[in-house]
Amino acid sequence: MKNLWKITLATMLLCASVNPAGAAEPIKIGSFLTVTGPASFLGDPELKTLQMVVEDINAKGGVKGRKLELVHYDTGGNAKDAVNFAKRLIKNDNVDLIIGGTTTGDTLAVIPDVEKEGVPFISLAGAVEIIEPVKKWVFKTPHTDRMAAAKIYGDLRKRGLTQVALITGDGGFDKSGREQLLKLAPQYGITIVADESYGNKDTDMTAQLTKIRAAGAQAIINFGLGQAPAIVTKNIKQLGIALPLYQSHGVASKTFIDLAGDAAEGARLPAAALVVAEQLPDADPQKPVLLAYKNKYEAKYGPVSTFGGHAYDGLMIAVAALQRAGGADKAKVRDEIEKTQGFIGTAGVFNMTPQDHMGLNLDAFKLVEIRNGSWKIVE
Amino acid sequence: MLEQFFQFLVTGVTVGSLYALVGLGFALIYNASDVVNFAQGEFVMLGAMTAIALLGVGLPLPVAAIAATLAAILVGLLLERFAIEPAQGASVVTTIIITIGAAIFLRGVALLLWGKDFHSLPSFSGDAPIHLGGATVLPQSLWVLGVTMLLVGLVRAFLDRTLLGKALLACSFNRAAAQLVGINVRVMLRLAYGLSAGLGAIAGILIAPITFSSYEAGVMLGLKGFSAAIIGGIGNPMGAVAGGLLLGVLEALGAGLISSGYKDAIAFLFVLMVLFFKPTGLFGHQLVERV
Amino acid sequence: MRLAGFYLFAALVALLPVLFPTNYFVIVVGASAGLHVILAVGLNLLMGYAGQISLGHAAFFGMGAYASAILTTRFGWPSLLALAAGLLVAGVIAWLLARPILRLRGHYLAMATLGFGIIIHVILVQATQWTGGPDGLAGIPPLNLLGWSVEGDFQWYGVIMAAMLLAVWLSLNLVDSQFGRALRAVHGSEFAAQMMGIDIVRAKTQVFVVSALFAAFAGGLFAHQQAFVSPDSFNLIVSVELVTMVVLGGMASTFGAACGAIALTLLHQGLVVFEDYEMLVHGILLMAVMIFLPQGLFVGLSQGARRLWATVRQEF
Repeated sequence: MKNLWKITLATMLLCASVNPAGAAEPIKIGSFLTVTGPASFLGDPELKTLQMVVEDINAKGGVKGRKLELVHYDTGGNAKDAVNFAKRLIKNDNVDLIIGGTTTGDTLAVIPDVEKEGVPFISLAGAVEIIEPVKKWVFKTPHTDRMAAAKIYGDLRKRGLTQVALITGDGGFDKSGREQLLKLAPQYGITIVADESYGNKDTDMTAQLTKIRAAGAQAIINFGLGQAPAIVTKNIKQLGIALPLYQSHGVASKTFIDLAGDAAEGARLPAAALVVAEQLPDADPQKPVLLAYKNKYEAKYGPVSTFGGHAYDGLMIAVAALQRAGGADKAKVRDEIEKTQGFIGTAGVFNMTPQDHMGLNLDAFKLVEIRNGSWKIVE
Repeated sequence: MLEQFFQFLVTGVTVGSLYALVGLGFALIYNASDVVNFAQGEFVMLGAMTAIALLGVGLPLPVAAIAATLAAILVGLLLERFAIEPAQGASVVTTIIITIGAAIFLRGVALLLWGKDFHSLPSFSGDAPIHLGGATVLPQSLWVLGVTMLLVGLVRAFLDRTLLGKALLACSFNRAAAQLVGINVRVMLRLAYGLSAGLGAIAGILIAPITFSSYEAGVMLGLKGFSAAIIGGIGNPMGAVAGGLLLGVLEALGAGLISSGYKDAIAFLFVLMVLFFKPTGLFGHQLVERV
Repeated sequence: MRLAGFYLFAALVALLPVLFPTNYFVIVVGASAGLHVILAVGLNLLMGYAGQISLGHAAFFGMGAYASAILTTRFGWPSLLALAAGLLVAGVIAWLLARPILRLRGHYLAMATLGFGIIIHVILVQATQWTGGPDGLAGIPPLNLLGWSVEGDFQWYGVIMAAMLLAVWLSLNLVDSQFGRALRAVHGSEFAAQMMGIDIVRAKTQVFVVSALFAAFAGGLFAHQQAFVSPDSFNLIVSVELVTMVVLGGMASTFGAACGAIALTLLHQGLVVFEDYEMLVHGILLMAVMIFLPQGLFVGLSQGARRLWATVRQEF
C-alpha cells in the first residue's frame, strides 16, 4: 500500500514538474479527438491533418515568430474522457486554444468547462446544437446535420419525390441527423413513411429494409457513419429495391465506395467540395485551397477525407485569428475567430458573426452522386 | 406479409450462421479447458484482416485464406502457451480477465498493423442475389451457411469418432481422470485453442465480404458468439450452433416485427430468459454448478 | 487497528489538495479516481466477498447517473432528491434481479450480467425522448447540498472524496459485520454456509443490492460533476474496466479494490500519450498482472513486502 502510494505520489510530482516556462514560449494548441474506438475513421485523419499542418507552419517560422505546439489526447469516443482531457489541456498543459471534439457527444460534454475557463474552442463535430444557441467560446467548422438534411430534401423536391423512408444507426451522428430530417420534413413537404434503425456494428440490415420495401417509399435516406451505410447500400441492392438512395456527408470518403462497390452506384449525398476538388471550375476560389491540402495529405498519408478537411479549416481559422490578435491572448483570439470573414477553407467560405459561430451557408455543400466508382457533382 | 416474414427468416439464418461459427469456437475451448475465451472474436478479426492484407500484397484468395487461417492458429497456440498455461488452476474470474486482456492486446496489434479503416474481401462467387421464393440471399451467405455446416459436421465427427477428439472430450468431463488414463492434457488444451482459433479465422474470412472488417470487428461477433454458446448450453458444440441460428433468427424477427432499435435488447432479454428458466441452456447437458 | 489504514488513507486524501491545490492530476484525476473507488469498492463486496462476477455493473452506475440527470433537467427535481430516487431505482431493480440472476454461477452469471448491462445500454441509447440518445443529456444543474451549490473542480474534489471515504468506511464495516462473515462463508462453500444456518439467497440478494447502491450513488455524483451524461460512460467497456479495477487491486480487500481503481485511473492518464500503443500496453498489463500476481497488485505486493520485512528482521 505504502509502496504504491509512493509511486503514485512520485508520478504526480513528476507530472507536475514538467510544465515548462520559458520566454519564447510556443503557442500551445490543445486537441482531443477520437483516434481509437468506433469513430476512429473520423478522428484519425483529423489528427494526421493537425500534425501535418502544425509541422508545416513551424517549418515556415511559426505564427508571429512563435512555434506551434500540438498537445493531443485520444478520447476513444468516451465523453467522460473528453471532459477529463479537456480539463487536462486547460489546467495542466495550459493550452491557448482547443481544436477537437470529433463527435457531438464529446463536444457537448466539454462545453461547460471551456465556457467556464474561457478557452477558444473550435469543434470538429456536426450537430447544430453545438452552436445553437451561440456559446461565447465555442465554434465549429463542419457543416451541420441540419444543412445535410436540407440539402437532401432540396434535391428530393427537385426530383418530385415526397414519400421517404429513413434508416439510421444508433450513434450520435445518426440520431441527431434523423432528428433534423424529421424536423425539416414538413417544411419541404416530405412525408416520412418509414423510420427504421440499426446498430452501428450490425452485420445485416435486410430485415429493416424489407419493412421499408413494403412501406411504399419513393426514396431511402440512410444517415450514418462508418461501415454500416455500406452494408445498408449492399443490402438494398441484394433485396432488389430500385429506389433512389441518399446517404449523408458521413460517408463522403473513398472507403465507402470501396466497401459498397457496385451497389453504391447512383447513390447521392451532400459532401464538402473536397471530394470533387478536381471537378470544380478553375475560377472557383476554393479550388486551389482544396487541391493544395489534398495533394499534401495524400502524399503523406493516402486517400484524403472530408473529416481531415474540417481539422484543416479549424486550425487555419485559429492561425489567422492568432495572427490578427498578435498573440495568444485568449479573449482577443476568441474575438478574432468570431470576426473570421471570407476565409476559404475545405468546407466552404467561412463568414462568422456573433450570431453564427460556424459561418457556412448551404452553398458550401455540394450534392454529389457516385458514378463509376467516383464522385460527380449533381446540379 | 408472408413474404416479408420469409425474408426475416432467411436474414436470420444467414446472420445466425455467423454467430454459430463463432459460438462453436467458444464451445470447443470451454470443453477442453473450462475457460471461456473472450478473445474468440479477435480470432475472427485476425483471420479476416490477415486474409485482406495478404490479398492486398497479391496472393490469390485461396492461398491468402489458408495462410490467414494458419496464422490465426499460430496466434491461438501462442495465446494458450503464454497466457493460459501459466495461469492454470486460476479462478473463473481470473481467466476471464486474462482472455479479456488478450482480446485487447490482439486488437492493439491489429490497430498497429492495419490501421483503423474498414476493409473488405471480394465475394467468393459474385454479388448477384439469389432468389428463394420471395426472399433474396447473397451467394456469400450460402458460402457461410455451407461451410458452417461442413465444419460443424467435421468437428462433430472429430469429437465422436477419432481418438484425439474423444481425448479432448474426456478432458472436459474430468481433467484429473483424463490425465490418469494417460491423456496429455496440455497437448489437448493447445489442440483446442489451435482448433478454435482456426475456426474463428475461417469464420472471419467467410464473413468479411458481407460485414467488412476492422481492428474492432471482433468485439461484437465475440459477444454474439458467446451468447450463442450460452443459449446452446456452454460446452455443447452442437448446442452452440443451434443457439447461434436461434439468436440470428430472433434478431431478424425482432428488428422486422417489433423494433429495429431495440433488437439487441430483445436478443439479450431472450438470453436472460433462457438463463433464468433453463440455466443449462436450451440444448445443454452439463451441470451448471459443481459444489 | 482495523481502521488504521482507513485513517492513513483519509489523511492522504485530505493532504494532497493542500499540497497541490491546482494540480490537474490531484484535483481532476483524483476526483475521477474517487468515483472509481466507490464503484470498485461496491463491486468488490459482490465479487471479492460473495464471489459473484458481474460484467454489467456499469448499468447500475448509469441508472444512478441518468436518474439524476433526467429528474433534475426534465422535471426540475432538487438534486438530492433526484440522487435518492436514483438509489431507489437501482436498489429495486437489483433486488428484483438478484434472485434469478444469482442462482447462476461462473460463466453463466457472467453472461447474464453482461446481457443485463447491454439491455440497459440499448435503452439509454434508444429512449431518446428521455435520455437524449447517444449524444447524451447536457445542462445538468450543479449538486445542491442544503443550499450549498457544488461548483468548480476543487469543491468537487472535496465532495467526491468525502463520498469515497464514506464508501470505504461503510465497506470496511460491512465486511467486518455478521453480514460480511456470512458473505465470506457463502464464497468459501455455499453448502457449508447453508449448513451453518446462513440464508444464502438472502445474503446474496443483500450484497447485490448494496453493490448496486454504491454504483448508483457514484452515478448520481458523476452526473452532477460532469453536468453531462451520455451512454458511452456506461457501456460494456466500462463494466469490464470496473471488474479489472477490482481484480487488479486484489479481490476481497477493500483497499485492494480502491488501489486497483486508483491505479487504473492513473494508468489511463499515463497511457494516453502513447496514442495507438495504449491498447497494446493495456492488454499486456492485464494479462501480466493476472498471470504473475493473480491475487492482485495490492494484495500481492503487500504480501511480498511483508515477507521481505520478515526476512530483513531475521537477518539483522
